[in-house]
Amino acid sequence: MIQLKINNIELSVPEKTTILNAARMNNINIPTLCYYPDLGLQSDCRICVVEIDGQKGLATSCSTKVREGMVVKTNSPRVLNARKTITELILSNHDANCTACPKNLKCELQSLANKLGIDQNRFEPVLRVKPIDTSNPSLIRNPNRCIKCGRCIDVCKNVQGMNVLELMGRGHDAEITPAYGRFLSDESCTYCGQCASVCPVGAIIENDETDRVWKQLHDKDKTTIVQVAPAVRVSLGEALGLPIGSIVTGKLVTALKLLGFHYVFDTDFTADLTIIEEGHELLHRVTNNGVLPMITSCCPGWINYAEQRYPSILSHISTCKSPQQMFGALAKTYFTKIIQKEPKDVIVVSIMPCTAKKYEAKRDEMKSDGIHQDVDIVLTTRELSKMLDQMGVDFAKLDETPFDNPFGITTGAAAIFGATGGVMEAALRTVYEVVNHQPLESIELTEVRGLDGIKETSVELGGNVYRFAVAHSLSNAKTLVDQVSNGTSPYTFIEIMCCPGGCIGGGGQPYGTIQKTRRDRIEATYLLDQSMPLRKSHESPAVKEIYRAFLGEPLGELSHKLLHTHYHSRQHT
Amino acid sequence: MERKLISARCGVINPLSIDDYIKTGGYVALRKALRMERIEILEEISDSKLRGRGGAGFLTSTKMMGLAKESGPMKYIVCNADEGEPGNFKDRFLIENDPHQIIEGMAIIAFATRANHGYIYVRGEYDHAIEVLQWTLLEARKHKFLGNNIMDSDFSFDIELRSGAGSYVCGEEFALIESIEGKPGRTRVKPPFPTSIGLFGKPTLIQNVETLVNIPAILTMGGKAYSKIGMPNCTGTKLISLSGNVKNKGVYEIPFGISIRKVIFELGGGIENNKKLKMVQLGGACGPFIPEYMLDMLIDYERFEEFESKTGAGAIIVVDDRFDLFDLMLRVVRFFEHESCGKCTPCREGHAQLVILLQKFIDKKASMKDLISIESLARVMHQTALCGLGQSSPTAIISTLRYFRDEYIDRCDIWTN
Ligand SMILES: Cc1cc2nc3c(=O)[nH]c(=O)nc-3n(C[C@H](O)[C@H](O)[C@H](O)COP(=O)(O)O)c2cc1C
Ligand code: SF4
Ligand code: SF4
Ligand code: SF4
Repeated sequence: MIQLKINNIELSVPEKTTILNAARMNNINIPTLCYYPDLGLQSDCRICVVEIDGQKGLATSCSTKVREGMVVKTNSPRVLNARKTITELILSNHDANCTACPKNLKCELQSLANKLGIDQNRFEPVLRVKPIDTSNPSLIRNPNRCIKCGRCIDVCKNVQGMNVLELMGRGHDAEITPAYGRFLSDESCTYCGQCASVCPVGAIIENDETDRVWKQLHDKDKTTIVQVAPAVRVSLGEALGLPIGSIVTGKLVTALKLLGFHYVFDTDFTADLTIIEEGHELLHRVTNNGVLPMITSCCPGWINYAEQRYPSILSHISTCKSPQQMFGALAKTYFTKIIQKEPKDVIVVSIMPCTAKKYEAKRDEMKSDGIHQDVDIVLTTRELSKMLDQMGVDFAKLDETPFDNPFGITTGAAAIFGATGGVMEAALRTVYEVVNHQPLESIELTEVRGLDGIKETSVELGGNVYRFAVAHSLSNAKTLVDQVSNGTSPYTFIEIMCCPGGCIGGGGQPYGTIQKTRRDRIEATYLLDQSMPLRKSHESPAVKEIYRAFLGEPLGELSHKLLHTHYHSRQHT
Repeated sequence: MERKLISARCGVINPLSIDDYIKTGGYVALRKALRMERIEILEEISDSKLRGRGGAGFLTSTKMMGLAKESGPMKYIVCNADEGEPGNFKDRFLIENDPHQIIEGMAIIAFATRANHGYIYVRGEYDHAIEVLQWTLLEARKHKFLGNNIMDSDFSFDIELRSGAGSYVCGEEFALIESIEGKPGRTRVKPPFPTSIGLFGKPTLIQNVETLVNIPAILTMGGKAYSKIGMPNCTGTKLISLSGNVKNKGVYEIPFGISIRKVIFELGGGIENNKKLKMVQLGGACGPFIPEYMLDMLIDYERFEEFESKTGAGAIIVVDDRFDLFDLMLRVVRFFEHESCGKCTPCREGHAQLVILLQKFIDKKASMKDLISIESLARVMHQTALCGLGQSSPTAIISTLRYFRDEYIDRCDIWTN
């Protein structure tokens, strides 16, 4: 332990602790801006400076480790003046029209300026307005709001291994941009939105489509359908004032009904369906000498990655559409028939933890009638929370309502789709029983759970032992994909999720996601699973019914047409 | 007054002739080093109290010991010859006039610290210096002063040449490392320092050209004897790049402890065209401006540090009374505004604001509030910037606020605020 003094308080903290953490552990808050727990140290905003006795300049507390006998001041006049000056400098080169910014009241710069009591800026505005990147359906990049904190660069490079973003140019002209072009669409960006989820200001943000949804909800000629992804029910609550990891399924359905949706359905239904189709596809590949290992296809960030960076392995990816798109296809065919509507009069909205889903929904392949997109609008968890704020309900006090039928009955297998390893676990619960004709002893496959980057398990199926692997975040995925691409992969089936932690850590989830948040959301996910009466997809009566009434059989002709898709190389040169 | 310890061969021998170098005592120190225990070499350097000549004035033996302590199969020595700061040209002078000295110094340090590979990072604009070094490396290899089994010992070491893309910040240690690694030249957070995690993630010692050429001299005369030259805590000699409105511009080697006035008026022959001296900028563009009455200050790192700047690369830029203080400062600040790497806030955003504030003084539109703003901003930049560039670039302003404050006030409109 190291003894030191911060603001005249004697403290004792473990060796190698930074001054910032030493202070925080002892209830002394030093403001930060570029610092983000879990990410690499940037130390470039210089907001967290402190005064250390015997040292000439000020030191950044995020990067300076404690030393025995150190005397630190976090609020001396010199420190306060420096912090204020630096913040004013940032504001002098920032589009600070706060009320016109989607990050208003959730912005870390705004709250810092407020805390420091900055009511006017001594410095002249020097912002040179640059064009806004609206090149893609998922993310909007507004360089005029960027404060060059470097968080997005770090997450993209070190968590996703993508290196899309770069600090280009020098001095005052320095700008964070895609390295080889002006727009994200010029690069092999996956639209995963991890950059958006760590941006302290409104410089990278999801393409906000809440107004489009409001418009449809008020259009008398439209029937509005909404689907909710598995990961949303364990995260929306925290954006609306509930503790992290709260399970809010019933309130969420009530809220969506209050917003005015005609039908509130559960994407978990098509998650179960995905397991049936994907499970059969896997068995088909195994028994017919098909391309192996097979890789999951539910994550559009991963699909974007594969199509742009690994076109040679596309045949390994399951042809199953993602649950979102299976839902869209069934909604605009099977369900429109039931309610006797034309696809053009039906609007399908999805609530997703993900920004890449916005892109996925707009793909050309995703039009079951050849004209209309199966999913019309995708909102992130954050956008939904904003709509609920706009509507003005007290979310915590809402009653619980069940999902509507026929897409409302689901299983625990679908519930765990949102956590890394969940799809693999759900698939094995079904595949095991289909192949071995006997019930799985322990249905909880703990080996594929948790936040390790790559997880592995092996299962005996029909007398042979097969190996399975799970990766989340693209830097981990790369390890497995490289094996596939050079022919050395020992696995039969691989689950890949683009975001750290899986969809519960998606780029569209509530702000402030750190490792602890992911853990709490995952815990809630498995609690949900445990609480369900049915926990295996093939036991779902709703799934059985749709095969009986509409689809016929897994991998059948209609399934093929509506529930499967194909991929193509989109390599950038 | 000059004391030619490291520049004795300059202008005397043919720099392209290795024979000339050897005939004048070259590579004797390396031969001696190879027969010494490694720790003895480090002790000699420690005894000499040699400090880095690249600007920071850090004790060289401490850095070397740091590298020597690191284990691992790969360790690097890098010679910093970026010399991008206006007013400095002494490293170029050394390279162009006595290049083998640098190689000898690097080889000795490499041997003493068990480093196995070296780089010389030369400023991109120094065409001739680059050619000289290319030739010199070939010659040294041919004569077995570089490469495998140097001078038939079991010590192997080689040096590669790299040149910068012409940005000043690449002289900063980590920016230089990033640049050699092929990335844009930007610094990293310290610690870890390069001697533990440096080039390609390996322990790396970075020294200025002039620091390195002192090594053979120290081994030849002995560390203790060396430490008698100059001042007690600032030993040896210093190359001074003398420029500006002075008669005899050029590079001079003096022992530490000579006054600035003597350098300008005795070595430099005084002010050009019988003008009056107004001020002097010390160290280079990121050094302080001092008035005439301070010229008796002795050249000594300890004194220089009192200017809240660690800039002692050794430039003396003389300014006569035709020049306007604010025009000069604007030029200095614009230079750094352009050279800032853009990574940290105070430097990236601060220079733009310093330019605006200075312009107000130039236009005589400043208020007393602006005076407070410019002072506070310059100090905050100095105290909080991430690397030496942003920490030292406001020195010119900080020093003039101290020594030429009246000129600021004269330009303030004191009736508005
Ligand atoms: C912006 C900046 C530019 C620098 N440029 C140089 C340079 O051109 N040459 C140099 O030797 N040191 C330069 N330095 C100092 C180096 O970072 C480093 O301290 C020096 O190379 C160490 O060598 P020394 O101990 O032998 O002086 C620069 C530092 C900064 C902050
Ligand atoms: S969306 Fe993902 S891949 Fe694209 S820039 Fe952001 S972090 Fe990188
Ligand atoms: S876009 Fe956001 S996260 Fe990226 S550097 Fe700018 S402010 Fe930081
Ligand atoms: S002080 Fe900051 S912006 Fe300036 S050169 Fe150094 S790291 Fe870059």
